[in-house]
Amino acid sequence: MTNEEARIGVYVCDCGFNIAGVVNVPQVVGYARGLKGVVICREYKYMCSSPGQESIQKDIQDLNLNRVVVASCSPHLHEATFRRAAEQAGMNPFLVHMVNIREHVSWVTKDKKEATEKAKSLIAAGVARVVRHSPLERRQVPVRSDVLIIGGGIAGIQAALTAADAGRHVYLVEREPSIGGHMAKFDKTFPTLDCAACILTPKMTAVKNHPDITLLSYSEVVAVDGYVGNFKVKVKRKPRYVDETKCVGCFECIEECVYKTAKFPSEFELGLGMRKPIYIPFPQAIPLVAVIDPETCIEFKTRQCKKTCVAACGDRGAIDFNQKEATVDLEVGAIIVSTGFHVFDAARMTNYGYGVLPGVYHALEVERLAASNGPTGGEIVLRDGRKPAAVGIVHCVGSRDEHYNPYCSKVCCMYSLKLAHLVKERTGAEVYNFYIDMRTPGKGYEEFYHRLLAENLHLVRGKVAEVTRIAEAAKEEGKLVIVAEDTLLGGIRRVPVDMVILSVAMEPQPDREEVRRMLNMSCSSEGFFLEKHPKLAPVSTMSDGIFIAGACQGPKDIPETVAQAGAAAAEAIALTSKGFITLEPNLAYIEEQLCSGCQVCIPLCPYDAIELDREKMVARISDVLCKGCGVCVAACPSGAAAQRMFEDDQIMLELAGVLSR
Amino acid sequence: MADKPKVAFYWCASCGGCEEAVVDLAEGILDVIAAVDIVFWPVALDFKVRDVKELPDESITVSFINGAVRLSEQEEMARLLRRKSKFVIAFGSCSHMGGVPGLANLWDRASIFAWYYHDAPSVAPGNVREPREHVRVPEGTLELPAFWDTVKTLDQVIDVDYYLPGCPPTPKLLADAVGVLLRGDLPPKGSVLAGTRALCHECPLNESKPEKLLLKDIRRVHLTKVDPEKCLLAQGLLCLGPVTRGGCEALCVKGNMPCTGCFGPTDEVRDQGAKGIAYVSSILDFDEEADIERALANVPDPVGTFYRYSLPRAYLMRTRKVMPHA
Ligand SMILES: Cc1cc2nc3c(=O)[nH]c(=O)nc-3n(C[C@H](O)[C@H](O)[C@H](O)COP(=O)(O)OP(=O)(O)OC[C@H]3O[C@@H](n4cnc5c(N)ncnc54)[C@H](O)[C@@H]3O)c2cc1C
Ligand code: SF4
Ligand code: SF4
Ligand code: SF4
Repeated sequence: MTNEEARIGVYVCDCGFNIAGVVNVPQVVGYARGLKGVVICREYKYMCSSPGQESIQKDIQDLNLNRVVVASCSPHLHEATFRRAAEQAGMNPFLVHMVNIREHVSWVTKDKKEATEKAKSLIAAGVARVVRHSPLERRQVPVRSDVLIIGGGIAGIQAALTAADAGRHVYLVEREPSIGGHMAKFDKTFPTLDCAACILTPKMTAVKNHPDITLLSYSEVVAVDGYVGNFKVKVKRKPRYVDETKCVGCFECIEECVYKTAKFPSEFELGLGMRKPIYIPFPQAIPLVAVIDPETCIEFKTRQCKKTCVAACGDRGAIDFNQKEATVDLEVGAIIVSTGFHVFDAARMTNYGYGVLPGVYHALEVERLAASNGPTGGEIVLRDGRKPAAVGIVHCVGSRDEHYNPYCSKVCCMYSLKLAHLVKERTGAEVYNFYIDMRTPGKGYEEFYHRLLAENLHLVRGKVAEVTRIAEAAKEEGKLVIVAEDTLLGGIRRVPVDMVILSVAMEPQPDREEVRRMLNMSCSSEGFFLEKHPKLAPVSTMSDGIFIAGACQGPKDIPETVAQAGAAAAEAIALTSKGFITLEPNLAYIEEQLCSGCQVCIPLCPYDAIELDREKMVARISDVLCKGCGVCVAACPSGAAAQRMFEDDQIMLELAGVLSR
Repeated sequence: MADKPKVAFYWCASCGGCEEAVVDLAEGILDVIAAVDIVFWPVALDFKVRDVKELPDESITVSFINGAVRLSEQEEMARLLRRKSKFVIAFGSCSHMGGVPGLANLWDRASIFAWYYHDAPSVAPGNVREPREHVRVPEGTLELPAFWDTVKTLDQVIDVDYYLPGCPPTPKLLADAVGVLLRGDLPPKGSVLAGTRALCHECPLNESKPEKLLLKDIRRVHLTKVDPEKCLLAQGLLCLGPVTRGGCEALCVKGNMPCTGCFGPTDEVRDQGAKGIAYVSSILDFDEEADIERALANVPDPVGTFYRYSLPRAYLMRTRKVMPHA
């Protein structure tokens, strides 16, 4: 404080019994009245209530206060409240300081005397530091209105449609040739058993037709720069060798390809079906545009193909063997990440024989077998074409297992029941579900489970030990035997079946580290993207302007994914609709005269906010990128980096205040 | 003669290098001598304490005092010179921050004596002799100065006007300081008469730093073939340039030796060692605990590395309990 004398008002809150039940508030008030600079100190039952705030405002005006200390709850809860109150009374809001005597004192201290003393020390610290507060201004920066969505599964599709309907221009980037994600692979969806394609494809078509959505399929985001409201994004467009603007999706080139039969494993069919070098992953693909795989196309290998595809395309001339990778630069205000999940690699659990025993499938494969647009036209048959007479479904493969993933994948019980139903419907087989716990919370989910029970499903409660083809009895000859402990019967069961379906876990995408780093997000310990707050900010991230939706945030089913996608879109719309954002002033800054340009701070900033000015050899912080984490301030060996609201003298005085008693 | 400003030099707990620095002014010293009247300089001139005592108070324009304060005699002399001088300049790292003698604050008087007069392998077994403040001899009582428990900086004992940092201060800084005082354009009291930014700013190697200054290893200089074109810190050598006030023109770095911090921290930093540890640990780029251990094995003496010149000035300026000899 320079010329003016500090005139401090101290307000101690009872918080009902929360504080007053433990801290002797009148005694604390008496103590605070004696602190240097304190003009008035009041106790009130609920400082945050209107009368509480009004008493502060009245004192600011009547007593000419120039500093306010509120001793109550965590600043997370009410800092904004008291700053606003002070601002309305004409005081700069940053001259208010909160002292937390609830979370830091009354809730964590049993002894009343001790709690009272602690509250006094903390108030002394607050009073000491507030004197050094200076008025600060919030700043506004303009925000772009366009939105980028990364990942075109059901989450990305839903978010894109919502944001575009609200008038945002959306760029939807999908790395596969078609949008749709996992949902496009399913035949039916639990719990209603409605046809996945019937509910998904209208949305996919809507994406294609929406004037405010630019779909960048077969593309990946490779770089993100800038900051909330002003992201600069680089998108790499992989060459399809087919001009998207000319291809009409007639499939003629595919029919006429020099390969008369499809002989290359189809990625979309998980290798259960075949495709040609030129292909469209599935009939309802969006965009409905052919792709050429240069690894298998003869023209790419020998440059001597007859190119019957080109002839078939004819005047449309869509095929272009010389197409190159292209980069698109975008500028957007908000980003929604909806990169989805990855299924657990079942081969990791060698005791289940996946990849070795041909009759063992993982669930996604069976989804394809069940799909009417799949490799078998919806017939659930074994690799040799036989219909299975008995099928075992193993729950929790890679989930709830500390060797793989400790968490529950949340959807497996439900999709296992769905698959049990589909298997029964298509094959009439006996179906055995091996589960640890049957988890079916959700609207209509328990009902679905009961419906399945009525379909004479065999349920075995117990973790499967192994799947083997070593027969121990005549009825096991030529079969796969599922060995499990039946914890309800209390014995080992050996169930011979023809087909085993492994209900694989939902895992984070293998490339989440790169995506996380590119967007400055965090991952939870399992590798799913971390939300800012699990309850109160479930689709926000620690990086402002970057939101998450769908299975990339954690295992979830379609209804939850869609709800989250809507929420993420709403957040993006809210952020981009005002035209500007307000920045808090508690940011770091570098005193140019003191900076030696040692560059220690530069690699430390988690938000890449610091740059070296090579001409002056000094570091500089970008206000819009800095989040005020303080890392650079702690590391700066010159003391040149400092942070508003956390200046050295403020902290030292605060410490001195704590120690003053 | 009487009109010339009077100057005194004194040394406390120091190695004598600071005195050498004065002599290092070379021809410059003649200019100084011509401009001033040296009234006290035990290293070079035969004055007695008595001569100083007889001077009127504040009659010496400036006293340059080097060395840390370890003995009662040093403290007495510092107080005397303070009384007799208009300005006192703490000269060199030891008087500025405690210097290398200050590292003795890791021990105390009793443990130091125990080692040096009894336990050290070079002491004859059974030695019972120890320096004592009063020794009776037939002729009377001999006095030795008291050996304090704690080494102090000059400003922990007397009021100091300016600081000339360095181990030792460079002749250029000394000449500049004398010039400033003689001309009378005085900087604010308490100023450190050297650079205002950390050393990197004037180091010729600063430009060579990589885009991201992160260390995968810590190396020791005597085991390293130094690339003279590349920032030493970036080569894994613990250069304290970032946490050390400039003004020396990067003398050590130009000789392929990392900065050891003798100019002390910048004005904004009080505890050079803590800051040094903070910035070095910030830029260590390890994922595995084993890598951290491996790197730290190359810092066998952390206090001697980061607090080489400044332990008595640190927040934790001495150990509370005596550490047993290893
Ligand atoms: C076997 C199985 C059956 C299921 N059955 C049902 C069911 O019946 N009912 C139900 O409600 N739920 C079911 N689920 C859950 C359902 O699959 C998910 O809830 C849903 O797919 C999540 O959608 P999403 O958009 O978040 O992720 P995804 O469907 O995984 O989509 C993510 C999209 O992002 C793309 N992408 C990924 N990374 C990038 C990148 N870096 N750049 C660009 N694009 C990228 C992917 O290619 C993909 O298109 C089932 C899950 C499994 C494993
Ligand atoms: S305070 Fe944190 S976010 Fe801001 S510049 Fe420093 S390191 Fe970066
Ligand atoms: S760490 Fe400090 S002195 Fe070094 S470049 Fe950053 S701000 Fe400047
Ligand atoms: S060598 Fe030392 S002083 Fe020079 S730039 Fe590197 S860290 Fe700084």
